[in-house]
Amino acid sequence: MTPVTSTERERVRADLVRARSARSAREGLIKGILVLAALLSIATTTAIVFTLLQQTLSFFGTVSPWDYFTGTKWTPLLAGDQQSFGVLPLLWGTFYLTGIGLLVAIPCGLLAAIYLSEFAKPRVRKAVKPILELLAGMPTIIFGYFALTFVTPTILRGLLGIPVKQFNGLSAGLVLGILVIPTIASVSEDAMRSVPSSLREGAYGLGAGRLQVALRVVFPAALSGIVAALILGASRAVGETVIILIAGGQEPSMTLNPTQSFQSMASFIAATARGDIPQNTLKYETIFVVGFTLFCVTLLLNGVSAKVVGRFRQVYE
Amino acid sequence: MTGAQIAANALEGIRHGERKRLAAQLFNGLMYGAIGLAFLALVALIGQTAVKGLPGLSLQFLTNFPSRINPSTSGAQSAIVGTVYLTLLTAVFVIPVGIATALYLEEYADKTRWWNRLIEVNIQNLAAVPSVVYGILGLAFIVRGPLGLGPVLLAGGLTLGLLVLPVVIIVARESIRAVPPSIRDGALALGATKWQTVSRQVLPSARAGIVTGVILSLSRAIGETAPLLVIGAASSPRFNPSGLNDAFTALPIQIFTWTQDPNPQFVDQAATASIVLLLILLGMNGIAIVLRHRYEQRW
Repeated sequence: MTPVTSTERERVRADLVRARSARSAREGLIKGILVLAALLSIATTTAIVFTLLQQTLSFFGTVSPWDYFTGTKWTPLLAGDQQSFGVLPLLWGTFYLTGIGLLVAIPCGLLAAIYLSEFAKPRVRKAVKPILELLAGMPTIIFGYFALTFVTPTILRGLLGIPVKQFNGLSAGLVLGILVIPTIASVSEDAMRSVPSSLREGAYGLGAGRLQVALRVVFPAALSGIVAALILGASRAVGETVIILIAGGQEPSMTLNPTQSFQSMASFIAATARGDIPQNTLKYETIFVVGFTLFCVTLLLNGVSAKVVGRFRQVYE
Repeated sequence: MTGAQIAANALEGIRHGERKRLAAQLFNGLMYGAIGLAFLALVALIGQTAVKGLPGLSLQFLTNFPSRINPSTSGAQSAIVGTVYLTLLTAVFVIPVGIATALYLEEYADKTRWWNRLIEVNIQNLAAVPSVVYGILGLAFIVRGPLGLGPVLLAGGLTLGLLVLPVVIIVARESIRAVPPSIRDGALALGATKWQTVSRQVLPSARAGIVTGVILSLSRAIGETAPLLVIGAASSPRFNPSGLNDAFTALPIQIFTWTQDPNPQFVDQAATASIVLLLILLGMNGIAIVLRHRYEQRW
């Protein structure tokens, strides 16, 4: 072997350094691209908040926030004295219909979850879960069609003989409930299944029956997850648009009577905002104010849900 | 204790047991009722759609353009084509961006840094924003404002892409996290760079979960009505979009338009179009299952 001259050694070293720096430059570039993609989600949020806030502020330049948040008449599309920007009827419509939905979805979803987690044989579980998943994957437009053409005429008017309007809150609320059942059922089932079996075995050892174990041991232990499931379901119902748009009517109202027509925040936005809506008008700005209100309500619900999970989570081992 | 007392106690015990059994039976009934109700709702939902929609389902319905006057020559071609284009566009946008974000968060990001935690929390929150709000974003930012594309196919695809992006990121992260660290360690020990490890070992191993997640997210995008309504999808156009900058419609929009029609025959067409939409979703779910089995890996 001939001895390596110092100039050769220098050359090899330079080559190595160059290769390494090219390599690290490429690695750096790739990381940069990935960071850019991750930043897009931040940009999306910023864009949402920015557009909503900008138009909302401009809206509040014309209409006082007090009138908006306490007014009981929502008639933004009328002219002159008839025009009024009280958001309460939309908030009422949103929460009232969500309430009707939850009245169906909470008992149904929780009972289904308890059954699937604590009682069902694995074979039955395997058969029932796809039904819930199928319901969860259905486009909401089909639920809306169902509410309008089946629940209102056949079930409410026909079977139950309730004199509902063609577009009414009861039908929309009930179908909203059906929509939310799978969310509540599957999230709270996950929470109950993650309760360690040692707890169940301990209770059985003390002579508890199946029902007692399910209701007094597993259910309380999984409570934080169950509450989170309920809030998640509520938040889904609050943001749902088309069912209410199709079957709930498009009249903002503050009545307790579910046979009447209602409008929710989301359904107002979809009914009013179309591609051809003239820009820089008060009508255009109402979409953003209502959108911002809806955005804040869902954000609040999610924050509460995260807090609940954080605070009441039981940690086992 | 006298014999009478013992007998009374025993009887009480039996009664207590009976009450317990009764309660258990009652609760059983309630649980079956709940499952039954969900099942019945699903049957009624599909049944109503099938009964009203199946008679109208024909080749003609698939190939004709929607009519506003004559239900018998009306069809859903522009809506079907629009939905297919929208899906492809959404996929082209959401697959690279979603996977890149997931890779960054799982493989590169230092989780103790506040900005990385901010990105994570932000994505969780974005996933919970109602779809109609994405419609407002699309209208103000993509259709008008900074991008100013107008109510065209590209704007629809981008809006739906932003809508499902958080879901894709969350699912992709879960699949990437499920790849055992030993795979990465092995690759790094053999001298692979970070990116070589990620692109040749981690990504292929996480393929099954990512593909399934992407398809399921896309099927959520297909069923969305509200954002497309808000950004101004056309109702009942008698043409297919000829390019990215052309007006478009989609099946949910067409279904919505038909439910609003005073003519009951058109309302029935809403059911027929719903069947088409459900068949497309069924097909996509089928593909997801096949791909999942094909790529699935066990460690």
